Amino acid sequence: MEEQQEKTQGKKQDKKLWKIFWSTFYLSAFTFGGGYVIVSLMKKKFVDEYHWIEEEEMLDLVAIAQSAPGAIAVNGAIVIGYKLAGIAGILTAIAGTVIPPFLIISILSAGYQAFRSNQIISLMLEGMQAGVGAVIASVTYDMGAGIVKKKDALSYVLMVGGAFIASCIFEVNVVYVILICGIVGVLRALIEKKITKKGSEEK
Amino acid sequence: MIYLKLFLSFLQIGMFSFGGGYAAMPLIQEQVVSQHDWLTMTEFTDLITISQMTPGPIAINAATFVGSKIAGIPGSVAATCGCILPSCIIVTLIAWFYLRYKKMKMFQSVLESLRPAVVALIASAGIAILHTAFWTDGIVQFAATKWSMVVIFGICLLLLRKTKLNPVVVMMLAGVMNVAVRYAAG
Repeated sequence: MEEQQEKTQGKKQDKKLWKIFWSTFYLSAFTFGGGYVIVSLMKKKFVDEYHWIEEEEMLDLVAIAQSAPGAIAVNGAIVIGYKLAGIAGILTAIAGTVIPPFLIISILSAGYQAFRSNQIISLMLEGMQAGVGAVIASVTYDMGAGIVKKKDALSYVLMVGGAFIASCIFEVNVVYVILICGIVGVLRALIEKKITKKGSEEK
Repeated sequence: MIYLKLFLSFLQIGMFSFGGGYAAMPLIQEQVVSQHDWLTMTEFTDLITISQMTPGPIAINAATFVGSKIAGIPGSVAATCGCILPSCIIVTLIAWFYLRYKKMKMFQSVLESLRPAVVALIASAGIAILHTAFWTDGIVQFAATKWSMVVIFGICLLLLRKTKLNPVVVMMLAGVMNVAVRYAAG
């Protein structure tokens, strides 16, 4: 009797894992436009369609996916997999998310040399460099504008300038630039905490 | 040991790219172009272009592309594993910690301070891409400037800012414009 129950439970778990795999696979294969898009589609699938996660919790999971380092789509898959089925869920969701781009790029890179030496394609790719440059310039402008609107904008602007000079002119390793800014963030949080603590004590 | 090198390089990319999407780009450039000469700047730019037109995160695409170019399928597996390992560990830890304590403030503050750095780094990666796009040999000289590329860049920027055209469409247009210009010039 007990064995029977265990078996059906195992089957149920398998079924859930398959469902996790196929939904992440499908989302990863057909979502263009980066991490933020895929995360909102994950919400649609797992919150609105399957009702496996509650809306509010999903918002927090998305926040975790965005604040951790790494690709947001992969991070999103990890938090959802973890929440739904623990370690097995993580592995399933990662496999579903990584396999589609892995296959697509493997095929493209196998043909890349032949592809690149075709004259029209190589002219297309060359022209598209200017296009990518424009896309990046536009993204940078939007992100920069977001920073200028912050309340202590000046310190952030100084950090942008400093980081830019360090990486573009002095060619400092990107990792150090990120580490230093991360440390500034920790210090900032500690100082703010102290100030609010003092403020509440004085009251 | 090339597999280990690929693994460790992409481990750094996975560990230090905060903020998603373009944030990984400067790190990939640093590892793959500047430190290891695995790709030329032109190949790197092609990779970013291809990544824009296919689904999937830039970092995973880069891991697959570079890995398979340098060491075949095992290379791309090693690079991809390196790329996602930090996420697995860090995200699981945060998720576990969060589900227990529901505290996120410190993380958010750190993230907030990383944002300026990320913007600056993306900007400098963008400049490196434009540098190879405008000057074939990478030497900045007035006479050697490919003005047609500068004009295409300007048109694309205008289209992106003033219309709601999808970036992928704008990029395709840039490619088509370049083909047209070259064929018109003979």
